[in-house]
Amino acid sequence: MTAQAIAVEHPRAGIGASLRRNRRWALVTSYVFLVLFAIFFLTPPYYMIVTSLKSDAEVAHLATNPWIIANGVTLDQYRLLFRETDFLIYFKNTVIVTLCVVAITMVVSVLAAFSLSRMRFWGSTLLATGIFLTYLIPDTLLFIPLFQIVRGLGLLNSYWSMVLVYPTLTVPFCTWIMIGYFQSIPKELDEAALIDGAGHMQMLLKIFIPVALPGIIAATIFAFTVSWAAFVYPMAFLFSADQQVLTVGTVTSLIKADVYKWGMLMAGALVAAAPPLVIYAFLMDYYIAGLTAGATKG
Amino acid sequence: MVEVAQSYPGQLAQPASRPQASLRRFMRRRSTIAFLMCLPLIAIVACLIVYPAFYSIYLAMLSKAQTKFVGLGNFAYLLKRDTFWMVVEQSAIFALSAVFFKALIGLITAHLVNNLPAKGQRKWRGMLLVPWVIPLALSSLGWWWLFDPTHSAFNWIIRGLGGSEIPWLSDPYWARFSVILVNVWYGAPFFLIMYLAALKSVPEQLYEAAAIDGANAWQRFVHITLPMMRNIIAITVLFSLIVTFANFDIVQIMTAGGPRNMTHVFATYAFLLGIRSGDLPLGAAVSLFMFPILAVSAVFILRGVRKRGRDMA
Amino acid sequence: MADVALRNVVKRFDKVDAVREISLSIPDKEFVVLVGPSGCGKSTTLRMIAGLEEASAGDILIGGEVVNDVPPKDRDIAMVFQNYALYPHMTVFENMSFGLRLRRTPKAEIRTRVEQAAKILDITDLLDRRPKQLSGGQRQRVAMGRAIVRNPKVFLFDEPLSNLDAKLRVQMRTEIKRVHQQVKTTTVYVTHDQIEAMTLADRVVVMNGGRIEQVGRPHDLYHRPKTRFVAGFIGSPAMNFLPARLALNGEDLQVRLSDGLAFPVPASDAARYRGAVGKELTFGLRPEHITEPRRDARDARREFTATPDVVEPMGMETMVYFAINGTEICARVAPEAAAAPGQPMRLYANLDHMHLIDPATDLVL
Repeated sequence: MTAQAIAVEHPRAGIGASLRRNRRWALVTSYVFLVLFAIFFLTPPYYMIVTSLKSDAEVAHLATNPWIIANGVTLDQYRLLFRETDFLIYFKNTVIVTLCVVAITMVVSVLAAFSLSRMRFWGSTLLATGIFLTYLIPDTLLFIPLFQIVRGLGLLNSYWSMVLVYPTLTVPFCTWIMIGYFQSIPKELDEAALIDGAGHMQMLLKIFIPVALPGIIAATIFAFTVSWAAFVYPMAFLFSADQQVLTVGTVTSLIKADVYKWGMLMAGALVAAAPPLVIYAFLMDYYIAGLTAGATKG
Repeated sequence: MVEVAQSYPGQLAQPASRPQASLRRFMRRRSTIAFLMCLPLIAIVACLIVYPAFYSIYLAMLSKAQTKFVGLGNFAYLLKRDTFWMVVEQSAIFALSAVFFKALIGLITAHLVNNLPAKGQRKWRGMLLVPWVIPLALSSLGWWWLFDPTHSAFNWIIRGLGGSEIPWLSDPYWARFSVILVNVWYGAPFFLIMYLAALKSVPEQLYEAAAIDGANAWQRFVHITLPMMRNIIAITVLFSLIVTFANFDIVQIMTAGGPRNMTHVFATYAFLLGIRSGDLPLGAAVSLFMFPILAVSAVFILRGVRKRGRDMA
Repeated sequence: MADVALRNVVKRFDKVDAVREISLSIPDKEFVVLVGPSGCGKSTTLRMIAGLEEASAGDILIGGEVVNDVPPKDRDIAMVFQNYALYPHMTVFENMSFGLRLRRTPKAEIRTRVEQAAKILDITDLLDRRPKQLSGGQRQRVAMGRAIVRNPKVFLFDEPLSNLDAKLRVQMRTEIKRVHQQVKTTTVYVTHDQIEAMTLADRVVVMNGGRIEQVGRPHDLYHRPKTRFVAGFIGSPAMNFLPARLALNGEDLQVRLSDGLAFPVPASDAARYRGAVGKELTFGLRPEHITEPRRDARDARREFTATPDVVEPMGMETMVYFAINGTEICARVAPEAAAAPGQPMRLYANLDHMHLIDPATDLVL
């Protein structure tokens, strides 16, 4: 038996080997195309990093290869960014706005999602489908009437107006994600808790939310990312530097006297993009789950 | 039923009113609690989405100073302007071509990643999703720098290969191309993630059955993969059409609508007229032109989705 | 129509050997059932015949040709999956005609063949429905219809009845047997249910731990198992096993089960067993061969008394469970002969059907 076993261990020649070779070729071509796509997707961030680490002189110089850092890495651009611009003010404002919006969004969405997925009342199914429909009304349609409304409320040029309007971007989708997650939790869990003596609020806080935590994390990440990246509303409603947020501030206000300091601009863009990227790096699975849960379960 | 009567003889004799009355109160309380929990959501949607949407219709029918009611005057004015028709054309070209390429690249990359051994998939998926994670405004800035007329790194390569520089943002047709390119770059990863999840949800046994029935790889794709993915393809395309059609960041940052207003889309044109020039009603009128197109495509795609869902689920 | 052969086939997954060197030859038109517990390698073997798994070593032949390197679509086989694997977006007609449509068969021929298969399986009025609208049994029939339409060399079934409820399973079993009688294609059928194996198969292949324990007709496996595993696997409820010893009682052999219980060995087996006197052996006897005392019983020495612990009335017969030396034994008695738990009763052991197993090799003597 051992002699036979050794004999048959040798790789088969002939058609078998060519089938295996075909499969390996398919894998190699997959990798080749994937590398090409990866280059396409990662070139801009790479270039942004490279530019932010160059001196102004090298940035301006036309002959040197812009894709590498030829004359030494320097952190001057970052130093300039933090010391001589309003960048940190933008950062602070964005942090305040985002934290408030995420908190508001999560409270509103969790409550609404729990109610819509578990309890039945007149109009609940209508509301659930209606949430999906609100995405047919984009921010670029609403920002004009909202401008009027925000002006009427006296919140124009205040970052609190952002806290007011950002939830329109986050709450519908977060509610939708969480309805999906909550529906997948068996109702028997609720019933067991109620029989054990828990009230509705207790059941929500002690049983439901811990079990639905992955969905809640995914929704939180989504709310954070959307708030951080919002551009239309701050562009329309905020004018002065002390109220401005990162996205608009980096893109429009870092330009001094018509001189585009690209090294510093890229540094600003990278630091502004850092928080979402860091969250993505550590919580990638939740990030992706948030996106796919909405569509594949819906 | 009979057994219950035998086991609990006292139950049926009790007056029905007391336990039933408190039960009714409890049910009412429960549904009111449910409604109250939804109230913040309803408030936000009603006050900040539905009301402004309707208000914008009213707003679009006012004069620039908002003192007179001009009916459809703003709309008529827009329909007579060449710039507006260019905006319509550009928005359509922008949305349709960008969504097409995003879906195509998403489908191809999803298949490529799905073919990899499981361990590597996570790594590649992570790398390929980066464009979607970076806030669009900031990556648009990065692209602007890549397209800069004097310092474009792309042109540096082209010059090195012996070609002539491309006026990425200064020539109207190249500018349109650049804007679409950036949108495709940004949005394709979303399609990749969605389609990858959809590919994984197709049961492996269907492919095995098809293989035994005699289907080769391409036939399996056409007859199994695509039909099973029809729902999610429809949903992602709809979602993306809406978002792309209403896109603001890329055009505003890279071209501000130029050169010669040829890259304006509805959002940037509305911004220009409404906020920059201070004619809010006119801006509202521009924005409102978006809505019918979005609504019509939504109706069509949703109908198709619901029909197939009923057939297949 | 063709025969299937496996020669020294091995399947290795990473470090685990799922199938260890099995050889099997299935002649044309035979209905062979691979049966065994979960993880014994039967499904893997079936998938290797289908081409869905590649054999790590050995040859797989269909119709006399080595097909190791032939992809499934070219092997001219058809498979019925446990989960039916019906294409959800196609009607029943489209599901059944898919293979033919891929081969560009003319439409008229497709129609005749599908309608023929539908008639055999009694699903003609389901042709325009979608899988979602069908019951489990109907879906199973469509899956079989898809296989029949292809008119392949070999039918492969992968636990097709496992997802059906008990009553439906019995019905479908008969259907499958009837279809095989009509269509007469070589069939390889995998199941973990030995009743299915016994009722459907021309020959049964009992597998365990990646190896073939025994191949034979159902009758042979039942009456002449070769290993302890086969003896205990075939038959429901399972064979009773007890440690025992052979002793000489004058000229006759006796099998001693415990201090108080010994039976005479039938003369027909005595010659075979003589060499094992004194060794520690395992005694095996099926529950259906431990009954109430019969009036035509040949040997009073085969009767004994036992006190049941548990009594299960099954209607036609009653199962009686009692203990010998701590081991639980099952007997099948007529309902009127059964005693209540705790009440001693007389039982008769039909030793013509006894088996002795060498515990060192697990082979039946």
